[in-house]
Amino acid sequence: MSASTFGSGIRRREDPRLITGSASYTDDITLPGTLHAALLRSPYAHARINGIDTSQAASAQGVVAVYIGADTEGEIAPSPCAWLLPDSGLTIADYHCVARDTVRYVGDIVAVVVAETRHEAYDALDLIEVDYDPLDAVVEPKKAAADGAPQLHAEIAGNQAFHWTVTGGGDIDEAFSQADVVVKETIIQQRLIPNAMEPRATLASYTAATGELTVWNTTQNPHILRFLSSLVIGVPEDRLRVIAPEVGGGFGSKIAAYPADFITMFCSKKLGAPVKWVESRSENYQATTHGRDHVQEIELAATADGKIKGLRATVWAGMGAYLSTAAPGIPTILHGLMLSGVYDIPAIHEDVYGLYTNTTPVEAYRGAGRPEATFMVERLVDLLAAKLGLDPAEVRRRNFIPKFDDGHDVVTGLTYDSGNYDGALSKLLAEADYQQLRAEQAEARKNGRYIGLGLSTYVEICGLGPSQVAGAIGFQGGLWESAIVRFHPSGKVHVMIGASPHGQGEETTFAQIIAGELGVSPDDVKVIHGDTDNTPMGWGTYGSRTTAVGGAALALAARKIRDKAKVIAAHLLEAAVEDMDYDDGKFFVKGSPDSSKTIQDIALMANVAWNMPEGVEAGLEATTFYDPPNFVFPYGAHLAVVEVDAESGNVELKRYVAVDDCGPQINPVIVEGQVHGGIVQGIGQALWEEGVYDDDGQLLTGTMLDYALPRADRLPDIEVHSTVTPSPHHPLGVKGIGEAGTIASTAAVYNAVIDALAPLGVEAVNMPLTPERVWRSIQAAQGRN
Amino acid sequence: MFAPQFDYYRASSVAEAAALLEQHPDSKVLAGGHSLIPVLKLRLAAPSALIDIGRIDGIRGIREEAGRIVIGALTTHAEIAASATLQSGATALSEAAGMIGDPAVRNRGTIGGNVAHADPASDLPAVLRCLGAEFSIAGSSGTRTVDAADFFEGLMTTAVEEHEILTSISLPSGSGGQGSAYAKFSHPASRYAVIGAAASVAVADGVCSAASVALGGLVPAPVRAEAVEDALVGKALSAGAIADAARCVGDSLDDDEVLGDVYASAEYRSAVAHVWVGRALTAAAARCG
Repeated sequence: MSASTFGSGIRRREDPRLITGSASYTDDITLPGTLHAALLRSPYAHARINGIDTSQAASAQGVVAVYIGADTEGEIAPSPCAWLLPDSGLTIADYHCVARDTVRYVGDIVAVVVAETRHEAYDALDLIEVDYDPLDAVVEPKKAAADGAPQLHAEIAGNQAFHWTVTGGGDIDEAFSQADVVVKETIIQQRLIPNAMEPRATLASYTAATGELTVWNTTQNPHILRFLSSLVIGVPEDRLRVIAPEVGGGFGSKIAAYPADFITMFCSKKLGAPVKWVESRSENYQATTHGRDHVQEIELAATADGKIKGLRATVWAGMGAYLSTAAPGIPTILHGLMLSGVYDIPAIHEDVYGLYTNTTPVEAYRGAGRPEATFMVERLVDLLAAKLGLDPAEVRRRNFIPKFDDGHDVVTGLTYDSGNYDGALSKLLAEADYQQLRAEQAEARKNGRYIGLGLSTYVEICGLGPSQVAGAIGFQGGLWESAIVRFHPSGKVHVMIGASPHGQGEETTFAQIIAGELGVSPDDVKVIHGDTDNTPMGWGTYGSRTTAVGGAALALAARKIRDKAKVIAAHLLEAAVEDMDYDDGKFFVKGSPDSSKTIQDIALMANVAWNMPEGVEAGLEATTFYDPPNFVFPYGAHLAVVEVDAESGNVELKRYVAVDDCGPQINPVIVEGQVHGGIVQGIGQALWEEGVYDDDGQLLTGTMLDYALPRADRLPDIEVHSTVTPSPHHPLGVKGIGEAGTIASTAAVYNAVIDALAPLGVEAVNMPLTPERVWRSIQAAQGRN
Repeated sequence: MFAPQFDYYRASSVAEAAALLEQHPDSKVLAGGHSLIPVLKLRLAAPSALIDIGRIDGIRGIREEAGRIVIGALTTHAEIAASATLQSGATALSEAAGMIGDPAVRNRGTIGGNVAHADPASDLPAVLRCLGAEFSIAGSSGTRTVDAADFFEGLMTTAVEEHEILTSISLPSGSGGQGSAYAKFSHPASRYAVIGAAASVAVADGVCSAASVALGGLVPAPVRAEAVEDALVGKALSAGAIADAARCVGDSLDDDEVLGDVYASAEYRSAVAHVWVGRALTAAAARCG
């Protein structure tokens, strides 16, 4: 195997251990003497705590300790928010890991029991008596902003966490006042519950004699968790080791550092024994972060021939009862700055109000802000097409940013790296045979069948970096990534990375990067990640950044290796370095490829160091810290075809065609897998998923019996195509692909359903598009007609 | 997600199980566990003991007896779905069993446990009501038989008394000129029935000679849609006749009784129930050989 491995769809090396059950997750790890923690969570969305009686629980069988909020004072700092959004009036409410006097969402932690077995810990929870004084709750963000709404935090007026704005380009009011046409809509981006396959878990082991704390945790970013834990728990960073073992998916819900994690660390420190806490699925629904939850009032100004002149929006974003680790940046930076989409829009203005509500804190969820932005833009473009009687594809074409290879500025202040949006749409329409589909749609309508076509043309921002920008936007960390490449004497390679893949397949693709750069077999490369004690610092796996940033660090480290190897090869071949050539793992004098040294020859020599060039250190190892010069901007065009049964309101997704451009693909099978999964999660938002609270703040969709995740038998085969536009600034030209599908697909499916219902006069339906909602919208439209 | 503590007894005969039930007040019968175990894990119930009947011989399997098909209470949904006897003699039942949950649920869950639990969103009660099933119930004083109209008493309540065990269910064996079907609007998360419609029709001389239609999912206990049945008998089973008859389903639904939830309201379920009644009738009519 050789350099050609880069770009080939080799099997994921992660899969054998995952599908045979031999992978080791946090809950699979038990140390001698491990105690088990269980958390008592508030059954009320908002209540004052008058008193807690833990005496019965404390004396129950197997119980070692019971702690309430007062016991943690001075020992666990409030759970931190680490995205300090500037110029937004950000007010961060104290998020006590164990509630003190007030609970603010169903799931807020009230007490912790530590016992010898997990069952004993759970049984003891039932013995704790809490005297609550229930208070009025507010669960919808716009209602939380209203006068007279229940107030969550005494020190924060109007429940407002922040008010952020983005204004760019020309005068927005003028754009609207001079527009030939204006289209408007109110959209509810419903709350979603991430549902990673593995619930969250922590095992903490404190050794009093050394003051060292080791933490196994289901995190997407172990180095950030170490950093934050040292601040919250007071164990110095050098004595704190965080290990993310196998992590069973995250979708953003495992970015945050959680109160439960800090509590588990506290318990271990306090008791001097390993303590494990594993979330139940019910707790996962209640207390692991949710996503989305926007109310969006949006409008678009355009000329009579469909040219967009301005976009204006007001968004009320529900943040939950407290601000999660990265929460303030999601509905703002990752959302508002993307409102130009793939279009040339001369004026944009958005106000985003972040509101505290009596609900589970909201965080990044696959796409994180960008699906919500794409949906707004793609809805408005479809509304414009409908208003002008134009085909949605044509309106898009009239407004696309023209093809560019090296930078395009949009009015929100971003510089897109490269794109050919018309190219992606053209390929989509050809692959799907769009004209034929429109003809079939027309024919079906004559027969009383309601078929709809929905387009979504998107661009997204990922590969989060550079760090200077991170600082400017208030992110309390860097956004570079790191890689160490280490050749062993036999020519085998260890790669240590600071990022922390948990399902994305980088153990495979990063080996392919090394294969491509250095001509070794990917089978000779082991990718090590997830342990702060044996990987270099890194900022984690989220925002489709692992390959886009960490992959760049790795490629550059490999190139350092190649440069050093060339020097050693020149020495061994008694040639000048500048006369050396390299091809596919072999170093040779230009013109004499038959007399060469392989990378494995060089690795052996560098490690034994018997005959090294003067001034060259032993060893064949390189480290790179890569801070990208810009984000990367993958894009694409998707089409959904649906049929709506007007009698029942049921939506059947009949076909889904995607064209995505993430630059050169390291492994097209893994790309296709990411695209499939992403699309399905976006379809989930359009058709099935919704985290529903009642007015009292009780979660009504708190189990898998109620919360509808996508299922394979309700999906068509997804047709995946691609175009390839390299990023001009990435060493490999690659962009991210983890979130692209989710960012595109919700709008495609929604647009298709509205297109199907157009003959019936339906203009909008709230998501998810359940049969009842669709049926009611048909009834209402027919009542109007 | 951890059940509260309970004692566990494994019965080796129906008589032993009945005796254990009497000895342990506040106990529950465990068969396939697919209704009971989730309830325990969510701590919605805390029985003092579980009486496991799962390994009792003689109350499992499907046999034909005196013109009826007898199904042991421990027969799994997968066995019912795969049974050639039921596929031909009680098509709607095997069809419905094949729509329950997913393969893992169908391999463990039993018909007896399912109907004794009497979840209104379950598939089988409506089918058994439609097909005129009889239920054999054993207790320490012997065995009695109850028909479907009396077996399902209401929301999660049946004719099975505290110390009794459901042992088998029997159905009249279907004959020529007759067909049955089950149509289901399944909840996208739970796969339980939002609306379940079971239909059985017989055709003689080109017209419908008998019809039985029952609904589940949207009512606390399965109901017969007699207005639909009456509208069909004596008519040719054309698409139009079926659609017209299906629309009579509302006459059999008591607005105060229809169930609704966050996914589908009572009003909506009532309004669209005819769609599934129509589908079940259409499929049943097509099976009248």
